[in-house]
Amino acid sequence: MLRLRNINSFYGNIQVLKNVNIEISRGEIITLIGANGAGKTTTLMTISGLVPSRSGEITYMGKTIHNMRPDRIVSLGISQVPEGRKIFPYLTVLENLDMGAFLRTDKKNIKKDMEYIFDLFPILSQRKNQFGGTLSGGEQQMLAISRAIMARPTLLLLDEPSLGLAPLIVRQIFEIIKKINIENQTTVFLVEQNANLALKAAHRGYVMENGRITLSDSAENLLSNENVRKAYLGL
Amino acid sequence: MEYFLELILGGLTRGSIYALIALGYTMVYGIIELINFAHGEIYMIGAFTALIFTSVLTLLGFNEIAVIVLASLAAVIYSSAYGYTVEKIAYKPLRHASRLSPLIGAIGMSIFLQNYVLLAQTSDFLPFPNLIPEFEFIKPYRHIISSAEIVILITTSTAMILLTFLIKFTRTGKAMRATAQDRNMAMLVGVNVNRVISITFVIGSALAALGGVLIASHVGQINFYIGFVAGIKAFTAAVLGGIGSIPGAVLGALVLGLTESFATGYVSSDYEDVFAFGLLVLILIFKPAGILGRVRHQKI
Ligand SMILES: Nc1ncnc2c1ncn2[C@@H]1O[C@H](COP(=O)(O)OP(=O)(O)O)[C@@H](O)[C@H]1O
Ligand SMILES: [Mg+2]
Repeated sequence: MLRLRNINSFYGNIQVLKNVNIEISRGEIITLIGANGAGKTTTLMTISGLVPSRSGEITYMGKTIHNMRPDRIVSLGISQVPEGRKIFPYLTVLENLDMGAFLRTDKKNIKKDMEYIFDLFPILSQRKNQFGGTLSGGEQQMLAISRAIMARPTLLLLDEPSLGLAPLIVRQIFEIIKKINIENQTTVFLVEQNANLALKAAHRGYVMENGRITLSDSAENLLSNENVRKAYLGL
Repeated sequence: MEYFLELILGGLTRGSIYALIALGYTMVYGIIELINFAHGEIYMIGAFTALIFTSVLTLLGFNEIAVIVLASLAAVIYSSAYGYTVEKIAYKPLRHASRLSPLIGAIGMSIFLQNYVLLAQTSDFLPFPNLIPEFEFIKPYRHIISSAEIVILITTSTAMILLTFLIKFTRTGKAMRATAQDRNMAMLVGVNVNRVISITFVIGSALAALGGVLIASHVGQINFYIGFVAGIKAFTAAVLGGIGSIPGAVLGALVLGLTESFATGYVSSDYEDVFAFGLLVLILIFKPAGILGRVRHQKI
């Protein structure tokens, strides 16, 4: 479904991603784990078209997307929940959700999806006329995920959704991620520093170090891999 | 009392014109954090376009109303095209450069447009016909308010109501607000940010052109330099209200207009600028972000 082949991404003259190869099939939950600064966020931003790759190729459902405008990439069904949530602070919760559906024209279904969101996260319904910037961290993460769902993505990119949240809320958010993966057949690409959590939710995983993919295996095997356990699971 | 009322209405008229121009500064700043120094020139080009069309249409024998409507329309379209083009050729290529580069580009664009009109037209003041007819019903109140002032007040408030509606309720308006708040995130939800920036320039230019026509007709003469003067005043208004804030620009412009009107009316017109800029300094001391400005966190 999504395939990165020999991707080399740069910020100015600084190379961050080095020959990255990733492949994701439809319906999977794939995780990318790695230390802070490894290049995980850069990988997602390259997929979304905000960071250019100087060479290599990204294809999505048979289309080459690495030269596309970010809004074109969204229109193909790739939505991102970025690191730090990036809620529009002076748009209301409703307007933030509306922005998620920016490229959709099926008004009726947008309404329905909105109700679906409020079922998933009743707290957002209570806060719907509040500015996004006034929500708590956990509520903002829920809103960020909801905003991405409003696009009805076929591929959902999630960048550290657990960051800075209380364990209870993290568990709730991971339940929802699994739920939309199963119910909507949304393929999920999950970036996490919390490797334990991510590998338990995912089918397969990639390990990134200094901009390179150093390991890829089933989530099960990675969880029992000696090196992974030492480096990322603190065991 | 009547004199006081006259000064208030005069100040509001002046202020609403400043507001039309200030909106362009503040909207562009809100979206790309650029002070578009060429914006005053867009206003000036609007006035010249209207002058040319007025002369031609009058020669062709159109009636007064048709002339004013068509000339304004031409000014709005022409200036919008200029605003759009200026952004495309001078600012867009510098989008990822340091902040100083587009600023210098803007100053260059301003100088270029001034001199271009200077060469194409003349450095002398050209008489601008009074397009706004005297209304019968206004005669008894002539000492307080003129027909021109009424037309200016109605036109500007209509424009502002339409703009508010656009920004608050339309898809484009939401995209503009989202882009202003977080450009990268706007891209990630599928906003074509380049298009939003173009639209912002077009709207700002259209409003400025409208201001250009109204004021030129009110004052009765124009030259290539009027954009610079009006631009500084409108920019002051935008900063006063809090640059980046749309209601702030309108409020700042009205406060500025009233201050000047009272300074002229009770002191002397020689001191109008002293009061205007004195007010700016005073407000910035106590509210550095302007009256309605939000303190911006430096984006990295
Ligand atoms: N906007 C940027 N400009 C320059 N360097 C950056 C930028 N963003 C990230 N980097 C650098 O790229 C590397 C990878 O960062 P990132 O992709 O954010 O890592 P991760 O998400 O795995 O923590 C880091 O060394 C970081 O300093
Ligand atoms: Mg990161």
